[in-house]
Amino acid sequence: MTDFVAITPELFLLTMACVVLIVDAFLPEAYRAVTYQLALMTLVITGGLTVALYPAEPQVVFHGAAVVDGMGSVLKAFIAGIAFFAFTYSKDYLRERNVFKGEYYVLGLFAVLGMMIMVSAHSLLTIYLGLELLSLCLYAMVAMHRDSADASEAAMKYFVLGALASGMLLYGISMIYGGTGTVDLGEIAAVVASGDIVDDTVLVFGLVFLVVGLAFKLGAVPFHMWLPDVYHGAPTAVTLFIGSAPKMAAFAMVMRVLVDGLEGLQADWQAMLVILSILSMAVGNVIAIAQTNLKRMFAYSTIAHVGFLILGVLSGTEAGYAASMFYAIVYAIMSLGGFGMIVLLSRGGFEADRLEDFKGLNERSPWFAFIMMVFLFSMAGVPPFVGFWAKWSVLREVVAADMVWLAVVAVVFSIIGAFYYLRVVKLMYFDKPEDASPITAGGDLQAAVSINGLAVLGLGLFPGALLTLCVAALAAS
Amino acid sequence: MSQLVIFFVFAAIMVFAGVMVITVRNAVHSALFLVLAFFSSAAIWLLMEAEFLAIVLVLVYVGAVMVLFLFVVMMLDVNTARLKEGFIRYLPVGLLVAVLIAFQLIMVVGGERFGLEDYPKPVPKAADYSNTEALGAVLYTEYLFAFEVAAVILLVAIVAAISLTMRRRNTVKTQKPEMQVAVRREDRIRIVSMASEPRNGREDGS
Repeated sequence: MTDFVAITPELFLLTMACVVLIVDAFLPEAYRAVTYQLALMTLVITGGLTVALYPAEPQVVFHGAAVVDGMGSVLKAFIAGIAFFAFTYSKDYLRERNVFKGEYYVLGLFAVLGMMIMVSAHSLLTIYLGLELLSLCLYAMVAMHRDSADASEAAMKYFVLGALASGMLLYGISMIYGGTGTVDLGEIAAVVASGDIVDDTVLVFGLVFLVVGLAFKLGAVPFHMWLPDVYHGAPTAVTLFIGSAPKMAAFAMVMRVLVDGLEGLQADWQAMLVILSILSMAVGNVIAIAQTNLKRMFAYSTIAHVGFLILGVLSGTEAGYAASMFYAIVYAIMSLGGFGMIVLLSRGGFEADRLEDFKGLNERSPWFAFIMMVFLFSMAGVPPFVGFWAKWSVLREVVAADMVWLAVVAVVFSIIGAFYYLRVVKLMYFDKPEDASPITAGGDLQAAVSINGLAVLGLGLFPGALLTLCVAALAAS
Repeated sequence: MSQLVIFFVFAAIMVFAGVMVITVRNAVHSALFLVLAFFSSAAIWLLMEAEFLAIVLVLVYVGAVMVLFLFVVMMLDVNTARLKEGFIRYLPVGLLVAVLIAFQLIMVVGGERFGLEDYPKPVPKAADYSNTEALGAVLYTEYLFAFEVAAVILLVAIVAAISLTMRRRNTVKTQKPEMQVAVRREDRIRIVSMASEPRNGREDGS
């Protein structure tokens, strides 16, 4: 029975997702907003339940299938919160494009469930199932706008490459199972630590495939090819969902597999992650400069940020993991805001996703030009915004792990990357607008984006609380 | 010894069928070769004393899934010639990569690491040992969580498939049974009171 109590948030979310599905099927078109409100309410309560059931110590439930611990609970609460904002941003956008359907919210809720399962997985089997649940929802969400050829192409690419990545991951899992005789992460760690395995070739072989699969899902170079096309092709409302919360889930997946399960092979995976990280930062930041489409630019910026996120994990210390977790949460908030601004400026059939669309934003709306500047400065890592603290804490751990050269490389690429963020700021403040019409977005959307921007600023001024939370969460897991 | 012979015969048929699935031109043929591959792997599972899984594979996959698959393939009339256009052109590169990967895999996990001394042959179970019972005992206890998540994945697959393919079109004339059933007499006939008409049209006019 205690097992079921421990996963109350997931059970509640599953039940409500099914309720929303049924309710939506019987609702007339005019009452579609009820689906939307039910979905938002579900996320609020799920987040609340997660916080209320914050465990004092890790609790492994269902015969080792899942674990409820500090890291999992904090990430789950943030996933619910960020999905809440993603849903809020998407309402007007979907309605204007005639795809305001219940399926977006139903699939979104199931995707959140998949993320929560991934985050609290304690077995390779659970990780795989959670990942598939998340991915299936995302494939369908990308393809949802069927009149758009770009979206269909993006969904196809996403599906094929995602299936390939899942295959890699499964092959790696089968090798780890062959080497250790178990899929339970705790038992795998025990077998690896016991030193009974003299020849760990099979384990390292499986590890390579696991890392490839994880890198695919994170979008780390050289497994990043799908990311720009999917971000660009998907409706912006879906892009902002894909680009935010799933990154936290992917981080949790990396932590569960590499740290909880295979920490004994740290020397092996550290070297692999160093290569992934440097390549991601280089390719992401350099290619982003050449982009004229904001969604593509953010996609390459995601790749660069993933490189930074990996830095903390590869430092291999508790503090490094906490820094990475901080980075994942912060990145999700910033990226949500960045795509949210594109949605805010878009209206009826027009996508504000080119750089020119942001020209002279200051003249059209000084407030939203400021909010966008906050997001861009934060992504670039300019103090006092929160992105700076994320980069700073990750770099500090890399230096502490005696990899000063890696920190220098990261700083150099991050300075190169600052160029394309600042270019947008320049366009907003120093260029004449091509189209001086005022912003017509709904009040709730404007309020949500403003709160999102102020959160980035506020967290930047007072980063201590969130950082302490991350450290405490990892200590309790 | 006889087990070894059976294994190699079925494994060879399975690999052959697998290659045919992706190389034959006709989509129906490739679906039928997939059936052959399923049958052979079911036989290999039987050798491993997994009778329940073997039977389920034949019943569910061959009996139900593949029949549906055949229906879909026949109905869709996929032009495989066009799909296979790039096949010959990319074959050399693909083959090179595949051979290299296979070579690397064999180097790392060749026979020496998965030999009989590392993975001894399991002791055959007694005749009254029930495979089905053993599976049933863990499926809803130890693997309950994974089982439920798998069920949710199937639900999402249904929702996703329907949401991607169902499109209400106003131009198509379809029956609405619920409206047919709920129809009332007043909706269909109108009683009009009017003066009675004379029997013969000629009488009033002329």
